[in-house]
Amino acid sequence: MSSGIDTLRLTAEEALALVDSGEVSSAELWQAYRDAINEHDGELHAFLTLVDEPEGNGIPIALKDVISTRGVRTTAASKILENYVPVFDATVAAKCRAAGMTLLGKTNTDEFAMGSSTENSAYGPTHNPWDLTRVPGGSGGGSAAAVSAGLAPWALGSDTGGSVKLPSAFCGNVGLRPTYGTVSRFGVVAFASSLDQVGPVTKNVRDNALLYRIISGRDENDSTTVDVPPVALPEGTDLKGLRIGLPRQLNEVEGIEPGVKAACEAALAKAEELGATVEECDLPLSVEYGLACYYLVAPAEASSNLARYDGVRYGLRSEGADFREMVMHTRHDGFGDEVKRRIMLGTYALSSGYYDAFYASAQKVRTVIKREHDALFERFDVLVSPTCATTAFPLGAKSQDPLAMYLTDVLTIPANMAGLPGLSIPCGLSEGLPVGLQIVGPQFSESTLYRLGHALEQAIGFDVVPERLR
Amino acid sequence: MSITWEPVIGLEIHVQLKTETKMFCRCRNGFGGDPNTQTCPVCLAFPGALPVPNRRAIEETIKLGLALECSIADRAVFHRKNYFYPDLPKAYQISQYDEPLCADGRLVVPTADGEVEIGIVRAHLEEDAAKNVHVAASGRIHGATATLVDFNRGGSPLVEIVTAPNIHSSDVAKRFLQLLRQTVVELGLSEAELDKGSMRFDVNVSVRPLGSDELRTRTELKNMNSFNFAAKGIEREIARQIKIYENGGTVDQETLHFDPTAEESAPMRSKEEAQDYRYFPEPDLVPVHPAPEVIEALRSQIGELPTARIRRIANTLSFYDADVLVTGGLDRLWAAVVDGGADPKEAANVLANSFVASGIDPDAVNPAELTKLVIARSEIPRGVFDEALAKVGEPGFSADPYTAQKAVSDASALEPIIAAIIEANPGQVEQYRGGKQGLLGFFVGQVMKETGGTADARVVSELVREQLGA
Amino acid sequence: MAITKEEVLHVARLARLELNDAEVERFQGQLSAILEAVSKVAELDLTDVPPTSHPLEVSNAWGEDIPHTSLTLDEAFANAPDRDDDHFRVPPA
Ligand SMILES: [Mg+2]
Ligand SMILES: [Zn+2]
Repeated sequence: MSSGIDTLRLTAEEALALVDSGEVSSAELWQAYRDAINEHDGELHAFLTLVDEPEGNGIPIALKDVISTRGVRTTAASKILENYVPVFDATVAAKCRAAGMTLLGKTNTDEFAMGSSTENSAYGPTHNPWDLTRVPGGSGGGSAAAVSAGLAPWALGSDTGGSVKLPSAFCGNVGLRPTYGTVSRFGVVAFASSLDQVGPVTKNVRDNALLYRIISGRDENDSTTVDVPPVALPEGTDLKGLRIGLPRQLNEVEGIEPGVKAACEAALAKAEELGATVEECDLPLSVEYGLACYYLVAPAEASSNLARYDGVRYGLRSEGADFREMVMHTRHDGFGDEVKRRIMLGTYALSSGYYDAFYASAQKVRTVIKREHDALFERFDVLVSPTCATTAFPLGAKSQDPLAMYLTDVLTIPANMAGLPGLSIPCGLSEGLPVGLQIVGPQFSESTLYRLGHALEQAIGFDVVPERLR
Repeated sequence: MSITWEPVIGLEIHVQLKTETKMFCRCRNGFGGDPNTQTCPVCLAFPGALPVPNRRAIEETIKLGLALECSIADRAVFHRKNYFYPDLPKAYQISQYDEPLCADGRLVVPTADGEVEIGIVRAHLEEDAAKNVHVAASGRIHGATATLVDFNRGGSPLVEIVTAPNIHSSDVAKRFLQLLRQTVVELGLSEAELDKGSMRFDVNVSVRPLGSDELRTRTELKNMNSFNFAAKGIEREIARQIKIYENGGTVDQETLHFDPTAEESAPMRSKEEAQDYRYFPEPDLVPVHPAPEVIEALRSQIGELPTARIRRIANTLSFYDADVLVTGGLDRLWAAVVDGGADPKEAANVLANSFVASGIDPDAVNPAELTKLVIARSEIPRGVFDEALAKVGEPGFSADPYTAQKAVSDASALEPIIAAIIEANPGQVEQYRGGKQGLLGFFVGQVMKETGGTADARVVSELVREQLGA
Repeated sequence: MAITKEEVLHVARLARLELNDAEVERFQGQLSAILEAVSKVAELDLTDVPPTSHPLEVSNAWGEDIPHTSLTLDEAFANAPDRDDDHFRVPPA
């Protein structure tokens, strides 16, 4: 660290203070992270594209490669967009630029954000900074690994079924999946429109709240956004009056690792010490049917959202004697297997004869899930569980078994189906790997999630720097 | 005993709204731009772009719905209709499906034999496709070597109006279309120009034995762009189907392309697989809830509609004249001319014949000047009247110089000319006197020619008859 | 809930995905397993349950009818695989 800047420990809030006070220039700060990338990204592969000439006078940021950046290649980790350079910024990218942030680069993801391990990238997997033989989680594994390894002070991911929360848990970061509709999706390569939501990946809870403040709010280019009051920056550790619900089905899920369970229980004990009440409760249908519901709704929307990749206006074009053949060859050559599976699954669920049994039923199950959560929020301010039943698993462990991979998201999906915000914070280690604690609240309860997250963060004192990099 | 057959006709009409901007982006809507200069990330379907509905398009559709006596939905939803084609950049059309903006209306069509009520099943809003140009040596689609796409029209707002299958003659179908077109134009929604494609329609035709209420297999005539062709195509299709049934055959459900020069309508190329549009609610958009006060405000903007005016004017004139005046958009001018003191029938004759043929925009005419012309019509030479009428739409037009040229009706001036002509044409005189009365016109014509058209034709004809005796 | 080879091919055609024999075989097995799992949604009695297609209860989001600046031709064609002067060119449709 020739610049004297310890990117592994520097929080975004501290970095902002350094730049604001003039102690460090924006360019020096950007260079420090660029040096860190040059040193570590060879083994991590967190980035797909690096920016060589940053614009802006603030602090750096890394963006998941589903977020369109004007003039900077945006691939969604797919071969079909290998050379695609957007001519416009996603609203979230524009907001970051407007706040002066300098772009470091675009981070790796599962292709079109479809996956839980970042192994489905057409450009090769990202490795977990805590253990290079393990996955960083997905789909936003690149953003999480970058923040965890000090290659970026903070980053943006996108979360459809858990793609911010899960990698944050696996890499020891704080990750927020915001309330659906509070962050613009304009310019974010679509996976499933009624579920996609961009969220911050950070080293601590206050950084997360700072970044959420910048990216949230109504966008006239996204009809599904709403205005939200600025989130409160969390202070202190007082949790008096906070009612925590502990859904049995999420906390006693099959296959939960003892170390994960222990770390979560320890965190809850701390919450009680700080004044919160903790009570068990039930979410039987949401957990039982959530995964099935998700794997119908999301692929159905994806099958339609990904139909635009036809080789006409941008992206890969393969040869074909006529239009139809050209499109079929382009999509065969450009999409990876997981994307093809989901497109076919979604097409099937929407096709005549199957619509009612699959897609229409899933939409109704979504109502059931929403109602079940609504009922619990009459008694509780937040619901808490592990973010995932396990810690980061070895690369390749699930890549041959799509269903096993899908099960990774069983704890994050129910809240997502209901459009609810969820925060994952690191709450300890299990056999040397980070454990994520998921905090879910009613719509627009981000301030409450941050309050609890921040208090626990202080009480737990988790060291976010991967042991092998300390 | 032979069966009497009853035709069953349903219409599906697309009308392009003349809003300033497109349906889901704010690119300019309308003709005239160079190819692909009215495009943006939304209407080119770049990754991440999202639709934002055009408020005016929604309101104008509601207005049309009100004019068609539809009920306006309390909640309307956009759906996606999925299919691949080069002119459909998202590979889905945003349209409306089971929750359209307007439903269950009617349009009363006055006819010479009384009024016919045509049911309106629905009127909904959707986006237009772009324009494909098929490039080929032979200029025919089948020999095309490439397709070129211009996305300027892509995403223009279209209203689709679907009638109930309760039209039972080609004449009523034609009158309905004329009346609908006039309604749309008067509401200011669209130019509805058939030759420019801003109004297009498909016709469904079947036949059944008179008195039965069954619905037999129907065929669809696509891409109609003329009211007369529609009537002709319907007649031809009715005859074809009757012939098939009378020969003991069955009608196949198919789509026919109407070619007015051919003897029969050719089936369109069948699709390689049955269409399955996989409609589902557009997740990038939220429902439309038209506010009651907005609906009332729109209702108050609707004036007396064409049907009511035909009904009213037919009390003064014949049904035929009333129909021509109203569906030709001439009745307001007619009323002004009558108010100015012209004879109603005389005014109608002028407007429905010479004026229509001249193609002058009625709105460009100063009614007071036209009134003077109509009143003076019988007293000025025909040639002068025609000349004046041709200029009546010019700015600053005054009828006075024309009405001052009274026709020559003075017998003492005309008699010598007539005498000379009789003398110069002894052969015709002999034939006339031998009983060929039709030759009167010949002599009158000669006189008019000799006088340069200034003679009063009625007086001339009396004088000629007098001089020829017999 | 097994999916047949023909159904795999039908769905792939609808979605415009060319598949070779090995891919059809592979996806048939995988999709059958996934469909088996997701068909769970049909177990519940959902008779009186309305569908949720959107997690937020919002309506009437629209824009005013005022033109914005469109892209330049260079921007519109920046990523085009085949540009023919001022048109996008594709094989014959
Ligand atoms: Mg239509
Ligand atoms: Zn546009």
